[in-house]
Amino acid sequence: MAQYNLQINGRSYEADVEADTPLLWVLRDNLGLVGTKFGCGIAQCGACTVHLNGNAVRSCTLPVSAIGTNKITTIEGLAPNGDHPVQEAWDEVDVPQCGYCQAGQIMSAAALLNKNPKPTAAQIDNAMNGNICRCGTYHRVREAIVLASTKMK
Amino acid sequence: MSIILKTTRRDFMKLAATATGGLVLGFHWMDSAAADIGVVDEAAIAAGSIDFNSYLSIATDGVITIYSPNPELGQNIKTSFPMVVAEELDADWSAVKVVQAALDAKKYDRQLTGGSGAVPHSWMRLRKAGATARYLLVEAAAKRWNVSAESLTTENSVVMHAQSGRKATYGELATEASKVLVPDEVKLKDIKDFKLIGTAVRNVDNPEMITGKPLYGLDFYREGMLYAMIQRPESFGKKIKSVDSAAAKAMPGIVDVVTFKNNVAVVGKSTWQVNKARRLLKIEYEADDAIENTADHDRLFKELLDSKEATVRRKDGDVDAAFKGAAKVITREYQCPFLSHAPLEPMNFFAHVRSDGVELVGPTQTPERARNATAQLLGISPYQITLDITRLGGGFGRRLQTDYVLEAAELSSIIKAPVKVIWTREDDMTGGSYRPAVRYRFAAALDAGGKLVGYKLRGVGINVGNSTREDNFPSGAVDNLLIDSVEHKSPITTGAWRAPITNFLAFAEQAFLDEVALAAKQDPVKFRLALLEKARQTPVGEIKYDIDRMKGVINLAVEKSGWGTKKNVSHGFSVYFSHRSYVAQVAEVTMNKGKPLLQKMYVAADCGIVINLSGAYQQVKGGVVDGFGHAMYSQLTFKDGASEQKNFNSYRLIRMKEAPDVDVHFVNNGIDPTGLGEPALPPTGGAVANAFFKATGKRLYNQPFANQEEMKGVSLGQRL
Ligand code: FES
Ligand code: FES
Repeated sequence: MAQYNLQINGRSYEADVEADTPLLWVLRDNLGLVGTKFGCGIAQCGACTVHLNGNAVRSCTLPVSAIGTNKITTIEGLAPNGDHPVQEAWDEVDVPQCGYCQAGQIMSAAALLNKNPKPTAAQIDNAMNGNICRCGTYHRVREAIVLASTKMK
Repeated sequence: MSIILKTTRRDFMKLAATATGGLVLGFHWMDSAAADIGVVDEAAIAAGSIDFNSYLSIATDGVITIYSPNPELGQNIKTSFPMVVAEELDADWSAVKVVQAALDAKKYDRQLTGGSGAVPHSWMRLRKAGATARYLLVEAAAKRWNVSAESLTTENSVVMHAQSGRKATYGELATEASKVLVPDEVKLKDIKDFKLIGTAVRNVDNPEMITGKPLYGLDFYREGMLYAMIQRPESFGKKIKSVDSAAAKAMPGIVDVVTFKNNVAVVGKSTWQVNKARRLLKIEYEADDAIENTADHDRLFKELLDSKEATVRRKDGDVDAAFKGAAKVITREYQCPFLSHAPLEPMNFFAHVRSDGVELVGPTQTPERARNATAQLLGISPYQITLDITRLGGGFGRRLQTDYVLEAAELSSIIKAPVKVIWTREDDMTGGSYRPAVRYRFAAALDAGGKLVGYKLRGVGINVGNSTREDNFPSGAVDNLLIDSVEHKSPITTGAWRAPITNFLAFAEQAFLDEVALAAKQDPVKFRLALLEKARQTPVGEIKYDIDRMKGVINLAVEKSGWGTKKNVSHGFSVYFSHRSYVAQVAEVTMNKGKPLLQKMYVAADCGIVINLSGAYQQVKGGVVDGFGHAMYSQLTFKDGASEQKNFNSYRLIRMKEAPDVDVHFVNNGIDPTGLGEPALPPTGGAVANAFFKATGKRLYNQPFANQEEMKGVSLGQRL
């Protein structure tokens, strides 16, 4: 066990965990930030997507010891009032079915739009291809990203 | 608060007022045997002698709360059901709050999500609840203003008297309304006056879902709770011979390692710690039953297709004679693999078995079954068990099983502590209850004029029961018909998977009919319409589908897709009746640099009245994506009794790039809702395979399509 100081959602958190513990489980079990989901554990489904310095990463395969002072953002910290343009678009387009994949979808979409505010259809498909939606909400995910891109400042 | 409730015996009516005021109406949400609504007092509720499974309350501030007892797994019931109540109530939707009710041993005796049955079962009941509340409010206003109830109108949670211009909100009237006697009968709206039903209403849980609030079983946390993972046998047909858990036990954070039944549970302080420790278990297994391989199944299917011992499901006329006298006979076979349900939230359940009762929390489609099975396992009364239903991160039938609930309860009873059992994806994929593997053989006899005079279907499958749906189309439209099935019993566990049986049968049947139509030199749509007309004019045996509704979706799909009129595209057709609803689909394939590409799916659906247009589109589009994805990509194969695919790196699910556009149209016929959670899935594979044939001249017989020779070098679903 070792002590880690993590910068998450603009706050500082302490976690006493083993070095190989994936960030996903530190968030969920140690810090109570359960918005980031577990779907596969092997970087295949995207349910666990968070931002590391603004880049979308899969937290299920990111050991806590590799994070250092890099800044983490989770779905809980994407916008203070849950009103990030992507979140607003997700509600307007009414994207979720079971909703389980949606935190990961939103985090991937937000990272994409941060870098590329006006993505083409192909760029959207490419950026989102690592996020599985078992309920098949893909059409609305696309639609919501297009809508969000009109809202990004 | 005053309570107005319904008794099942209609024998007890009483009012009770409390300090806070307001109106509470109790009613049955899903029980078709008891639809009346009555009045009882709070004491009776406190004593637990009331058996309602839902409540509708109107507080004095106008907030309307509806308790939703059904598990929510993405079918959107938590939004669409309250819409029905609010419609009849003329409620202001923005003031409606929906609360997920826990499983209450006494009240909620019919909580279930499965079979696309919730809406059809609840429709009238929900309307009646809303209409009754509206009646009470209107009566209260009539009394207050001393006018006739007929002179009053309602809108947006307000009662109005046009003549005098008086108005009162529902909140203002709620307490007085609670003193009005509940009527024996209420008038429901004419469906043409619906304002909310049929519109697109956003999911009531959106705000929580898009901000990452704890909603799911996996998110549930209880102070002092332990985490556990369970190592189950690596193969179906094996049992534990010996366990060496010393190394696992010595790992940090591990509290205990216990063996029960064929399970070795590692219990500890965090998910990651138990996951790591579990890998150090040394377990030896030995054979306990047949150890099967996919190659065995393939051989077995061929044998069973020729078996003399089959269960006859339907027999009309004389098939032998029809085939003997036929001008042309077409025989084809179709096979599908086992599938994992793979809901994105892996299995999990929390259990706390105490001496004075049991607490269960987690995602289940069948809370009542889970509770009763737990009671039986522990040898206690179901009434000693409480079960809280969390939102489900998908179900697809997997959470109709109770195995993962029972494990958690048993483990908690052994370690005498609150514990959450968490499955990894590998556990889920290797853990069974799969969609069974099935093979079909179809045969059609055509006479010299191209008329279908004989039809045979044999279904063989593994732990599948009846792998046919013997009364489905074209049964009833063919003079000589034989449908039978053979089942192989295997240690590999299977269970209902979204649109059970029809999820593959529909593809096989619709692909076969396409070939038969072409052999008869007829357009596939006209061929089906002619059969339907024959079923109407000269029905053979019993007809269990609605000919008009089926024709309705066929015609709508033809119109919207431009069937037979478009150049440079290849269309494939399919129509299917399942779970009370009718769906026709046209797949549109174009050639892109010499390769076929599934460009678009046109869907015409008849599910009766659409309640929530937004949710309905989701169910249809999601169903098509699901149907296409699994037909294309997914399979579980077995070696030495174990599934070879263990996670999403080898078990392929459809991804965004591969999802075709879906153009959805609903038939507007005003029929009471008939369900939509499953019916859009079955027809997809057939439409796609038929369009693929049109484009390439190649037929697809086995799933997953992507593994077939015909698909070499083709990424049918992938744009770019
Ligand atoms: S849980 Fe990390 S990608 Fe699936
Ligand atoms: S909404 Fe259910 S997995 Fe995406």
